[in-house]
Amino acid sequence: MSDHNYTPSSKFGKWFNDRLPLLTLANHLTDYPTPKNLNYWWTFGGILTFCLITQIITGLVLAMHYIAHADLAFSSVEHIMRDVNYGWLIRYIHANGASMFFLAVYIHIFRSLFYGSYKAPREIIWILGIMIYLLMMAAAFMGYVLPWGQMSFWGATVITNLFSAIPLVGESITTWLWGGYSVDNPTLTRFFTLHYLIPFLILGLVVLHIWALHVPGNNNPVGIDIQKPSKDTVPFHPYIVIKDLFALLLFMIVFAFFVFYSPNILGHADNYIEANPLVTPAHIVPEWYLLPFYAILRSIPDKLLGVVAMLSAIFILAALPWLDTSKVRSAVFRPLYKQFYWILVIDVLILGYVGAMPAEGLYLLIARVATAYYFLHFLLILPILGKIEKTTPLPLSITSPVLGGSADLVMAKSIDVRKEKL
Amino acid sequence: MQRILKILFFLLILNTNFANSITAENSTKLLTTDWSFKGLFGKFDRASLQRGYQVYNEVCASCHSLKYVSYRNLSEKGGPEFSVKEAKAIAASFEITDGPNQDGEMFTRPAKLSDKFAMPYSNEEEAKSANGGAYPPDMSVLVKARAGGADYIYSVLLGYVDPPENIKLDDGVYYNKYMYGNKIKMPKQLSDGLVEYSDGTNATEEQMAKDVVSFLMWTAEPHLEQRHKTGFRAIVYLIILTVLVYFSMKKIWSRVETNV
Repeated sequence: MSDHNYTPSSKFGKWFNDRLPLLTLANHLTDYPTPKNLNYWWTFGGILTFCLITQIITGLVLAMHYIAHADLAFSSVEHIMRDVNYGWLIRYIHANGASMFFLAVYIHIFRSLFYGSYKAPREIIWILGIMIYLLMMAAAFMGYVLPWGQMSFWGATVITNLFSAIPLVGESITTWLWGGYSVDNPTLTRFFTLHYLIPFLILGLVVLHIWALHVPGNNNPVGIDIQKPSKDTVPFHPYIVIKDLFALLLFMIVFAFFVFYSPNILGHADNYIEANPLVTPAHIVPEWYLLPFYAILRSIPDKLLGVVAMLSAIFILAALPWLDTSKVRSAVFRPLYKQFYWILVIDVLILGYVGAMPAEGLYLLIARVATAYYFLHFLLILPILGKIEKTTPLPLSITSPVLGGSADLVMAKSIDVRKEKL
Repeated sequence: MQRILKILFFLLILNTNFANSITAENSTKLLTTDWSFKGLFGKFDRASLQRGYQVYNEVCASCHSLKYVSYRNLSEKGGPEFSVKEAKAIAASFEITDGPNQDGEMFTRPAKLSDKFAMPYSNEEEAKSANGGAYPPDMSVLVKARAGGADYIYSVLLGYVDPPENIKLDDGVYYNKYMYGNKIKMPKQLSDGLVEYSDGTNATEEQMAKDVVSFLMWTAEPHLEQRHKTGFRAIVYLIILTVLVYFSMKKIWSRVETNV
């Protein structure tokens, strides 16, 4: 973005930068022009970076003490909780960190949905994001298996069994995944290996995600392109850095409440019972952040179709830039989309709720309706909406609402509408 | 700013309720008592933990193991805080199998502080055969392993009532109001005056249940006190830092004509 040529002031800096332009990169990152009108929903990118790094660092320490063996995993976790210095803190940060990571990523995704950040020219950023999200789910699922509690074991059994739904080769694939004829020690050791690997793949994708972001620059709450960089943007440092830091600290307060005062509330009690292949828990439930997809899986009576529906629910997101036919990005100027957006949010929350409930009776019915609506939203409502919706007039530049004296969008819009009437 | 706080608060409530609704599988309202370890500044009551150890030792330990707990833990900070001398004496009253020695023989010796709690049975099969086929679960993390936590264990200990008429129980199966499925293979254990507390506390059923559950809460979360203390400091630190960063942000953004 910042095309101006940068020359380091010191002689050594210049010598170094000619050979490896790290200083140019650093200069680009600090000067990176960012829309003035970003609201707090835009701070979650930074928060997610923090989450990833926290997970990697705490994970490294845990891996030093954890033993990936079916007979020893559970007690090695107890060893961490009891005898390792601050082991309890590191483990609780890591376990709750996963939940916080997903909380942040859901806000980040729904922010993108609201403000149309996935639309041209940002489709690649969006697709990279979906890939990161997929890897996050894989990492979280495998991480949950490592303590080798009852939910670990049975969760792993349920999820790996899904692969057996694949026609013809399903059974063989499942056996291959397990490294045996059931979830056992070989499964645990490979899950540990992959759980260790995936965060670094995510890190690589995050670099691409940010790189792709820095080509067109940030979207913004009004969703229009930057007209005059000098007027519409501020340099990333210090303006966005300090704002991100402020938001991050608020996030960390919430995080700390979970870690210090209810570290197990987001987990399941059964996972403090050591894995026992002979005893099946009454309800096998995944972690909260996977519940909407679990609900979709269970809402379909056929196993194979259930798996297909669940995967489609994620992959459909990758097609979103083309399914949404509206040229206007921000929902602020799309009165109809705005309503459907909130219905989708409620729909996903409902899916999450029924995902935690037994799949029977009314719950099953609700899950089916909510699943149908989920797909309806993306496959029917969005393509049609773009064609028929009458959007409200867009401001000429992002500075006009900003100069109106408020970053509040509703205010900004009304000011803009008033201006137009004049 | 206010809006952000509102949103954060909302998310916190949402999350907590959500998690609660998932864990609240048991519809019977559990019994509870004034746990000293609950809340932001919750701490264990030392005397209660020491009495709880006594109940565990005299009542539970003949069937239930505490395999992740060591005798040294008994004298550590944040626990029952027996003196090192007392903890050593407690350890020495148990026999542990050690070895092999130089002749290749296993031998027994009195336990030391560094040993884990002595196991009531030598293996799971022995435990099962001694208890009518039911395995008395290890109690190290039992409180965390049951939805309802301390309240649940407390309720089960006090939940033995006569079964409703339409329920027939097999031999060696007992009816419990709070147990999942209401059937339990452990007979009622506590009765008034069962143990004689050395500190003179009246050993009512409720008192013993409370003490032993407090003790089990400690075995499940031995660092609970430190967690609460560190948590309070960490959060106060974060709040102060947040306020400072907020004003820095206001100052920096005042250079451009927009609000943050």
